[in-house]
Amino acid sequence: MDLAFLWSTFTTLIEGVPLLLELAALSLAIGAVFALLLATMRLSNVAVLDWTAQGYIFVFRGTPLLVQIFLIYYGLGQFRPALQDLGLWWFFREPFYCAVFALTLNTAAYAAEIFRGGLLSVPHGQIEAAKACGMSRAMRFRRITLPIAIRQALPAYGNEIILMVKATSLASVITLMEVTGLAHRLIAQSFRAVEVFVVAGAIYLFINFVVTRAILMIEWRLSPHLRQPPTAEAPMKPEPAHARGA
Amino acid sequence: MTPIGFFEIIGFGERGWGAALLLAAGVTLAVAICGFLVGSVLGSLAAAAKLSRNRIAAAIGDFYTTVLRGIPDLLVIYLFYFGGSLALTNVGRMLGYDGFIGLPVFVTGALAIGVVNGAYQAEVFRGAYLSLSKGELEAAKSVGMSRALMFRRIVVPQVLRYAIPGLGNVWQLALKESALISVIGLVELLRQAQIGAGSTRQPFYFFLAAAILYLALTTISTIAFQKAEERSMRGVRRAG
Repeated sequence: MDLAFLWSTFTTLIEGVPLLLELAALSLAIGAVFALLLATMRLSNVAVLDWTAQGYIFVFRGTPLLVQIFLIYYGLGQFRPALQDLGLWWFFREPFYCAVFALTLNTAAYAAEIFRGGLLSVPHGQIEAAKACGMSRAMRFRRITLPIAIRQALPAYGNEIILMVKATSLASVITLMEVTGLAHRLIAQSFRAVEVFVVAGAIYLFINFVVTRAILMIEWRLSPHLRQPPTAEAPMKPEPAHARGA
Repeated sequence: MTPIGFFEIIGFGERGWGAALLLAAGVTLAVAICGFLVGSVLGSLAAAAKLSRNRIAAAIGDFYTTVLRGIPDLLVIYLFYFGGSLALTNVGRMLGYDGFIGLPVFVTGALAIGVVNGAYQAEVFRGAYLSLSKGELEAAKSVGMSRALMFRRIVVPQVLRYAIPGLGNVWQLALKESALISVIGLVELLRQAQIGAGSTRQPFYFFLAAAILYLALTTISTIAFQKAEERSMRGVRRAG
């Protein structure tokens, strides 16, 4: 193993991490808002809204992300004069905006179904209780429905976050030099595919490891009712010393 | 020449790309199926390793499924493309052939899809195996079935039945991942659309056509797996 090469690979690839995180964070944040909107459309009981959301989810989950990226970045170039007239060309000209746009639309479709599942899992009794207390619709949603739904949806949403971290690699195909883009260039220059792959893979695994841990921590914090209650009586009846293994 | 319209592009006329796009969709399907089959082999081996009592085997299985599900597919494709060609070139050099030997892109693509897909399939198979009822395995043992016979008659049919919904999802992943093989130059659906876009300067129409064909492939797959699930469950009494 050539440690010097591995280290120089690492210092090269790590420069792509800020872009990777930017792409993932931006599209996840905007996508989550959009997904919540789609999920409420699905649950609205208004047929038109439900069908629109269903159609959207069907299209974006049924086609590869790379096709969506190409459709937006290269495809919309076909309508350049029209987009220029509309004053939108500055947006669709930039690979970064196009990548964020495509990733956002894509994650929204997947997250919408996750959120819908979460919202459906809110027990009816809880909502009735909130109504009985005289909470307004907005307050009920904010205080009761949303927290419970988030807790239910969190594990699945954690998977979606990891998928998005991986999906940012596709931005390299439209010239954005994030970690995979830099790795590709480095492999083409050095022809040392295995070493570069190991370093790049380790970077992604580390990011995803941190994401998994963070999700587990949030899950733990959001479910105090499922934990062992802090033993209030502990000070009152101290364990015998030998039981603590002292 | 007037710019070519969408319906002319997807048509089968003189200037139509319909036939080329359909053929490319066939290549997409072929590479995805090959990848899925490679994934089935790797996935069942990895599932067996993860379920085995051998610690080292279980650790290798865990490592495989964790790593391959945690890194981007594109990176795996690059590894196979560049790494595979490099290894072949080195073998060629040892045999006295000086020059670059590229691994065929179809093989590279199928292997790359297969390695990633196998990691997901391993989890599906493992989950399905764990939902087998213990009593049936004990019954099989008590009637004196050998391990191989028990595996063939009791384990495989039921694991496959439980695994169908999960395999359906994983198959969709393979189908969508096949679009990434276009980056190493395999003329599958997306690459064919790029070629068409380049030569007619109507990129939107071509990528739209490609998207529609992908949607058709995924929809047909969804229906097929639903049918398979129904068929596999025809002997099972449902609760309620």
